[in-house]
Amino acid sequence: MDKSRRRFIQGAAGAIAGAVAPMESAKALRRENKQLPPNALGMLYDSTLCIGCRACVTACKDANDVPVEQPAHLRDWNVGVWDSGEDISGKTLNSIRVFTHGTKEHKDHAENGYAFVKRHCLHCVDPSCVSVCPVSAMLKDGDTGIVTHNPDACIGCRYCVYGCPFGVPQFQFDEPFGKIAKCQFCEHLQKQDEIPACCDVCPTGASLFGRVDDLQKEAEQRLAKQPGDRYDFPRGRLGDDRPTHEAAIPEYESHIYGVKEAGGTQIRYLTGIPHEKLGLPKLPDESYAALSEGVQHTLYKGMIAPLALLGGLIYLARRSTKQHEDEE
Amino acid sequence: MAQDTHQPLGGELLTKPFLFLGLLFAIAVYFLVTRFIFGLGSVTHLNGGYPWGIWVVVDVIIGTAFGCGGFAMALLVYIFNKGEYHPLMRPALLGGLFGYTLGGMAVIFDLGRYWNFYNLLLPWYAQPSSVMFEVALCVMAYILVLWIEFSPAFLERFGLTNAKRKLKRFLYIIIALGVLLPTLHQSSLGSLLLVMGSQLSPLWYTVWLPLWFLLTAIAMGYGIVILESTLVTNAFKLSSEQRILRKLSPIVGWLLAAFLVLRFLDLLARGQVAPMFAADMNALMFWIEILMFVIPTVILISPVRRIDQRQMFLAALLLLGAGSLYRINAFLVAYAPGNGWSYFPSAPELMVTIGVIALEIMLYLVFVKKLPVLHGTRPA
Amino acid sequence: MDTINDAGIDFASITKQELDSYEGALGGLTRREFLKYCTGIAATMGLPMTAGLRIAEAAITKTRPPVIWLHGQECTGCTESMLRSYHPTLEALILDIISLDYHETLCVGAGKQAEAHKRKVMEEFHGKYVLVTEGGTPTKDGGIYCKVGGKPHVEHVREAAEGAAAIIAIGSCASWGGIQAAHPNPTGAKATYEVLPGKTVINIPGCPPNPYNFLSTVMYLLTFAKPPELDQENRPKFAYGRLIHENCERRPHFDAGRFALEFGDYGHRQGFCLYKLGCKGPETYANCPSIGFGDLGFGAWPIGTGHPCFGCTMKETGFNKPLHALADVKTFSPPTAFPAVDADKGQGMTPAAAAVAAGVGGLVVGAATTAMRNMGRSADDRDAPDNQDA
Repeated sequence: MDKSRRRFIQGAAGAIAGAVAPMESAKALRRENKQLPPNALGMLYDSTLCIGCRACVTACKDANDVPVEQPAHLRDWNVGVWDSGEDISGKTLNSIRVFTHGTKEHKDHAENGYAFVKRHCLHCVDPSCVSVCPVSAMLKDGDTGIVTHNPDACIGCRYCVYGCPFGVPQFQFDEPFGKIAKCQFCEHLQKQDEIPACCDVCPTGASLFGRVDDLQKEAEQRLAKQPGDRYDFPRGRLGDDRPTHEAAIPEYESHIYGVKEAGGTQIRYLTGIPHEKLGLPKLPDESYAALSEGVQHTLYKGMIAPLALLGGLIYLARRSTKQHEDEE
Repeated sequence: MAQDTHQPLGGELLTKPFLFLGLLFAIAVYFLVTRFIFGLGSVTHLNGGYPWGIWVVVDVIIGTAFGCGGFAMALLVYIFNKGEYHPLMRPALLGGLFGYTLGGMAVIFDLGRYWNFYNLLLPWYAQPSSVMFEVALCVMAYILVLWIEFSPAFLERFGLTNAKRKLKRFLYIIIALGVLLPTLHQSSLGSLLLVMGSQLSPLWYTVWLPLWFLLTAIAMGYGIVILESTLVTNAFKLSSEQRILRKLSPIVGWLLAAFLVLRFLDLLARGQVAPMFAADMNALMFWIEILMFVIPTVILISPVRRIDQRQMFLAALLLLGAGSLYRINAFLVAYAPGNGWSYFPSAPELMVTIGVIALEIMLYLVFVKKLPVLHGTRPA
Repeated sequence: MDTINDAGIDFASITKQELDSYEGALGGLTRREFLKYCTGIAATMGLPMTAGLRIAEAAITKTRPPVIWLHGQECTGCTESMLRSYHPTLEALILDIISLDYHETLCVGAGKQAEAHKRKVMEEFHGKYVLVTEGGTPTKDGGIYCKVGGKPHVEHVREAAEGAAAIIAIGSCASWGGIQAAHPNPTGAKATYEVLPGKTVINIPGCPPNPYNFLSTVMYLLTFAKPPELDQENRPKFAYGRLIHENCERRPHFDAGRFALEFGDYGHRQGFCLYKLGCKGPETYANCPSIGFGDLGFGAWPIGTGHPCFGCTMKETGFNKPLHALADVKTFSPPTAFPAVDADKGQGMTPAAAAVAAGVGGLVVGAATTAMRNMGRSADDRDAPDNQDA
């Protein structure tokens, strides 16, 4: 074995020493999850209350001035007819989707039943989209925690679309000057002391707006009741004076989705069937942004490591070029 | 070697293959015009689940890995001080120049809001936590560095020896940067995926993604040098560089072997044996990829096999294929956005990528024929 | 055989004279009007058009069945509703189609005279008359809270039911007990079927029920001598087989999420969906939206006039659920228009894309093979100083 080769291998081996350590080291690299902002606002979506009327979808389109959309398979012959797209998209910020099984007879049953689920931004506590955006076009409000988007900054790289564990931000691919579309919790309405349009119109209170702390308590309260107990379900904004909706407590899944998923979100989901069936993915308690930022910050902390590396490289390159000058 | 032996090849430029490549490029231009008038969706199959398609993965991520020849050779020649590989340096740099410049170009037509591109350079929009931000700045800087590194070829061509001499005085800083920047961003291309979490198959998702991307990028850099040198010396009947390549190959072989061993150790450490043998697309693609890595490793390490020019060529080809497949797998195959999304590039989308590659080859031909890039003389 | 249809009528055998015999039937209807009426009845029940002919036949040839109509705890709204039917008119109904022998509101006679006539009819037509009950039946304290002729209503009902060929409970009170059976039910009011165990009671619930649902049931009994098809609550399926929500003219507003939020607001004036005001249409089975009330044509029914449905045809809804309470949406299964959680999206491989991809693959393999074939096994010979070609 010639010397240069051996030295190269040694160098390479040195550079990657310790690479085989188990995932424990990954945990060490991870930074802490971010914390829920002090006045975090959010939504409690109770799938068992949802009747699939899609008032929220329409209201959202009105409030955010996005056009109606047809499902792809109807688009060619169903032009202009009101319907909803298959999922949230560049033109649809929220969507009511359905889980069905077998005969679809019973609501909120996994067997031979069906259940509705609403899909929109979950306003993560430690959002991947904010972490990955190279130009700060995704912003998380320090007080309310609402994740907003600034199209003037956005370069359209779509890393937020790719990186969001819930697949929420969507790019308008069919526009020559498209932009990223996502639920911004009707921030413009909140500025006028109104509540997000979807919660405002929901006839049953399935979408309930409020402070995350209060919503969490409300969700826990519902879970604490026995199925069949009468309960006054609030509508609109939690704590408002709107008339409540009285109904029986359904059989809930005991897991409140959105509390810890991917480092926590500001949306709470109560469902009658397992959340995976409703397209709500199983996610770890640690945010993914915490890992990617942790690794990145470890490598680039104060640019010390890259600068030190550069120093070494300059020294070595200088030495080599001097020799070459003699050669050439 | 007292004289600088880099020289232009000369010869006819508008050959038939060249015109065919031109046609491919023209088709790509047509679709690109469509893309700018009607939007990305009119040409690509990009969708809400797969916002990144082959324009990102092939043109940019694989394209820049192909452009790592200059980086890999600079690492060897200037950092490990192996002057004997110097003849391979300039063509490698040229490959890098095109790989990166065209990758950067591809970014522009893939960006949804390209007119805001300069926001990356505005400090008030900077977002240092973003891996993308680091990649973007590094790649932009490296493209600049590559042009400076390559500029002696221009200066020689136009007889600006004085300028060349001045440049040489601080070229070592540029060379150091030319090694640092690719190290940073090629690893960061792997870091791009760290945020994907459970959206990525565990066969690819590991905290070592940055290292795997860096190692394979360097290996691919050597791969492209071997491939390019073999092809060019044969095609243009130049004096062979086999002797140098034969010395280079075990380095690449052992690098690949190290990568493979580490990769499997990581998979074992994470307990991800079951997904390897699952009856699904991920496992299939994983083993194809591994096979494509193992064959060149064996060829390049084996002292018998690497004597055979053809086997070495095959090894380089497979190595580049393996590195490319690794990137396609990691970014597209292993990625499962859920919600029922699927993606396969559209024909126009493919044609654009093919057109970009065609342009790259065309430019390479122009440069080697008109500029002093290649080392060695055309036999009489 | 082609002239015999599913109603078993041989059209070829019907002569003009036979059809002419319908002239002047049912209180002076023209032949055309009469046949239209009978066909309408058939259509109401979802029978084939030709069944109209059989109904027509039955209407003029069969002996008019005697009907005994008993009133319990009620408001007489059902009778009032009956009085407002126009095809046929009330007089045609009670004089030509049936023989209304006892009806406390409409009887000419009164007191002991009327009661005596009732007993006479019950004896004379034992096993042939139709009993119609209107109103709830109090049972607490021996049923003393509703007495006719000094006898509790419950006893009248049981007595009349003995010899009845068919029993029809008209209205929500007779069908389920109605408003007086709602909590706390001080009189122990019950539905007709509850005080007549073992007997089949056809329920025509509604507050009031649509007169044509009653008439059609009667005509069916007359024509086919058996009750029409009934659901598990013994309601004729032709009238109570579908959710109001399914045929409601305001349904598009529901699907589009346009709701009236309070009476008189913008949405209410625009005719938006009344769900949020407590409309029970989504859980109530009845044909109100398609048949309407009062022969006024389209839109003449509660929801059409801007009031939420209150679910009168449903045992557990009307008078039991608060008016403002939201309905349980009982669409059998969600409409197919809902996107599924895991609906396939995105465009897959197109033939053109596959061809291009395969072309590229072929080109790479082909070019590489050609290149390898052209290059020597070793290029060492070209390294020689004289640069010989391989």
